[in-house]
Amino acid sequence: MTERYDAIVIGAGHNGLVCATLLARAGKSVLLLEANEQVGGAAVTREFSDGFSVSACAHLLYQLQPKVMKELGIKPKLLGDDLKTIALAADGNHVSYDTESVAGVSDTDVASYKEFAKRMRRFAAIIRRLGNRPPPRLGSSHLKDTAALARLGVDMRLLGRANMRELLRVIGMNIHDELTERFENPLLKGALSVDATLGTHLGPRSPTTMLTYLHRLAANDGRVSQPAGGMGKVTALLAQAAREAGVQIETGRRVLRIIAENGRVTGVQTEDGECYDSYTVVSNADPKTTTLDLLGARHVETGFAKRVGNIRANGNAAKLHLALDGLPAIAGLQQSALGERIVIAPDEHYVERAFNPAKYGEFSTQPVIEMTFPSVRDETLAPAGKHVMSAIVQYVPYELRAGWDDAARADLMRAIFDVLATYAPDLEERVTASELLTPVDIEREFHIGGGHWHHGELSLDQFLFVRPVGGAAQYRMPIDGLFLCGAGAHPGGGVSGAAGRNAARSIIRLQR
Amino acid sequence: MTIHEVHQGRLKSPFYSRMAALDSVNQWHEWKGYTVPDQLYCSEMEYFAIRNATAVFDLTPMTKYRISGPDALPYVDRLVTRDMHKIRPGRVAYAVWCNDQGQVIDDGTIFHLRDGDYRLCSQERHYEWLSDSAVGFDVTISVETDEVAALAVQGPTSCSVLQRAGIDVADLKPFGLTHFEFDGAELMISRTGFTGDLGYELWISPDRAEALWDAIFEAGQLTGIRAMGTDALNLARIEAGFIQAFDDFLPATPTVRSGRSRSPLELGLEWLVDFKKPVFNGRRALAEEKRNGSTWRFVRLNIDGNKPAHHSYIYAKQKRNREAIGFVTSAAWSPVCKQNIALGTVRMPHGAVGDNVWVEIYYQREMHWSRVMAKAEIVAKPFWLPARRSATPALPY
Repeated sequence: MTERYDAIVIGAGHNGLVCATLLARAGKSVLLLEANEQVGGAAVTREFSDGFSVSACAHLLYQLQPKVMKELGIKPKLLGDDLKTIALAADGNHVSYDTESVAGVSDTDVASYKEFAKRMRRFAAIIRRLGNRPPPRLGSSHLKDTAALARLGVDMRLLGRANMRELLRVIGMNIHDELTERFENPLLKGALSVDATLGTHLGPRSPTTMLTYLHRLAANDGRVSQPAGGMGKVTALLAQAAREAGVQIETGRRVLRIIAENGRVTGVQTEDGECYDSYTVVSNADPKTTTLDLLGARHVETGFAKRVGNIRANGNAAKLHLALDGLPAIAGLQQSALGERIVIAPDEHYVERAFNPAKYGEFSTQPVIEMTFPSVRDETLAPAGKHVMSAIVQYVPYELRAGWDDAARADLMRAIFDVLATYAPDLEERVTASELLTPVDIEREFHIGGGHWHHGELSLDQFLFVRPVGGAAQYRMPIDGLFLCGAGAHPGGGVSGAAGRNAARSIIRLQR
Repeated sequence: MTIHEVHQGRLKSPFYSRMAALDSVNQWHEWKGYTVPDQLYCSEMEYFAIRNATAVFDLTPMTKYRISGPDALPYVDRLVTRDMHKIRPGRVAYAVWCNDQGQVIDDGTIFHLRDGDYRLCSQERHYEWLSDSAVGFDVTISVETDEVAALAVQGPTSCSVLQRAGIDVADLKPFGLTHFEFDGAELMISRTGFTGDLGYELWISPDRAEALWDAIFEAGQLTGIRAMGTDALNLARIEAGFIQAFDDFLPATPTVRSGRSRSPLELGLEWLVDFKKPVFNGRRALAEEKRNGSTWRFVRLNIDGNKPAHHSYIYAKQKRNREAIGFVTSAAWSPVCKQNIALGTVRMPHGAVGDNVWVEIYYQREMHWSRVMAKAEIVAKPFWLPARRSATPALPY
């Protein structure tokens, strides 16, 4: 007879850690099972070559919720907490912007950006407030749901008539239309298009990319920061908070299935055959994996299983890590500027064109690249005088029509270097080691079905009341005792901890 | 891509030639792609054959699915509301299946042919729903509507007719099924039907259909065997109190307006819902409905007078503060019960057994419409429930 835990959390991603900690603080005995040897999920720092480390999946911190940090009492050290975004131009006339202003563009664009950024921050604040509480249930007469809806209504009204109308106008729109209406500079439009589509299977002309843009801004007004020691340091702090709260963390234990008996969950079984008992199982895994692989469709009703099966969750971004024997030279850019966030997307059409092949199961031969040289600000990541580059490359579809093999990887690598050579001609010769993670690799290494960061496309039809699907949008699955706490649940991905916090609060309230 | 020649127009059942030979009124309609007779010579006479002799009905157009594989039992058990573990091989279960909202998608019969091998037979088509439900189960689902010819042989002398044809089914219990050999092919016979009388359904390969028909009619010569159309069957099923899709309930899938579909609890089928099963489609919604109460109730009405109450409103009171509490979904004058009967749906809490309600019947006499308010009683049992329907061994007539 094994011990019965008050709760078992599957997966020590940042949300799993936040959720487990809050459950433990509420007096529950909590077991946290992680498949990998290292906690952190997709927020880890990993050595990919001797002496060279990078944040292996997520590499910039946008969204860690101040509320989460405050509640958990953690404060990650940040090396620059409002990184500039530099949109590279082949001729060296780059454009750079942060959350407030833009440089390198016409006066008209400077003024437009100021106004645009201010308005977007106001809208994003509503998304943030929505994100920090469980979504209300529609069609429910419960006081809590009515109150939550009323709060959303009040938030909207407080915007004022003009702004509310504007929010309703843009929320379902594509970012391309909005950008072409407001701005002249192609570099600015290209980089903002990237902001709206990074990590999604959406192009700037896809509907609801305004929503994805606002989602990115939601947490901290779009401030981009680089945590000292990489993302792994952030999750290490979370793990420390979890252990201090009494959470028992077991790594290297992959959960094979969630055990269901008589219509409720009773525990989990790990790959090594071990069973752990609990009447509360919280899954940090994506909703598809949780429902169809871990639990099994037979334990839920047909309609629910079908909705879960229909979640769009195929990733479209690759991760590239390079070990460099020195910083590359980029025309018109100081070496110190390489510590900022650098984007290759020379104009707004470039981004949409990069998306085109992905629609048909091919990767972009002219991909969009978001690159960082984290070792510029953080010398712990590379040997003295040497550097690392961490880049997100898209679009690189999960389901490559020809299939992912070494030849396909080599072709993709070549395409990336060709694009990089336009801006940093000496980059390739400085490379001493490299690692390329396609969505298939991301799926395998971080146990995210489809390799999608958000555990499910972030779009209006998979948002708020219907995230991940109707019938499970309040973290509670339609089988007693099973809950979701990951990015697949409201409010979606990004290293924010919001889903984990909301889930824990819902579970505690439900079991009080 | 080549363009294949596809059949145009209505399909002919494997029994078509035999029905056409007996047809004297040429009154046919379409049923799931097949052409089928409303009546072949006289629906009243065909109806009386059901109740007094043997009537034969071609049910080949009924949708049939084969469900097999290691997970067939857990699959059907999760699909329908009743406990399928109790349905052993050689047994047939009447069942309903619901969507996640607990609304009835359809009703039908599930034949447990052999261990882990099922045939689901229903009015409507459900391949998509059955396939969606198969996710996570090791089962194979195939459509066998056109691969199995089916013939209902119904009525008090049906057992005797089959005996005379050399098929001994006297000991077959209601909702039992058994296999015979006929003309070198397998003949499956189930003691099932849609008439509420003693009767059997015969299932065979289409290429043996005509031979089977001929053998049955040859054997039935002395006992008044008749072929029948759907009109006679419809009257018989109302007497038996059986509900019919699109008449007494709307299948949930194509129903657009909320509140127009029905749960099994609202169709008098609570006995088919087994809440002891931990998971089945609709369970969570039905459990909630059970807690909070249903909106509608299925009723059987015994109505004064002799005018069939087709599509009538049902009222709680005859006069003053008259508010419609529901409506009739199927109605008929029952020749065998000598009663004016109807099936209907009323709002809860109305319609308890023994309650008296009022039915507003419109009827036309030489163009002019008239209206009567007829008193009706809510009755518990089906109107026609003869002992011979369930007597085993089957009574000889």
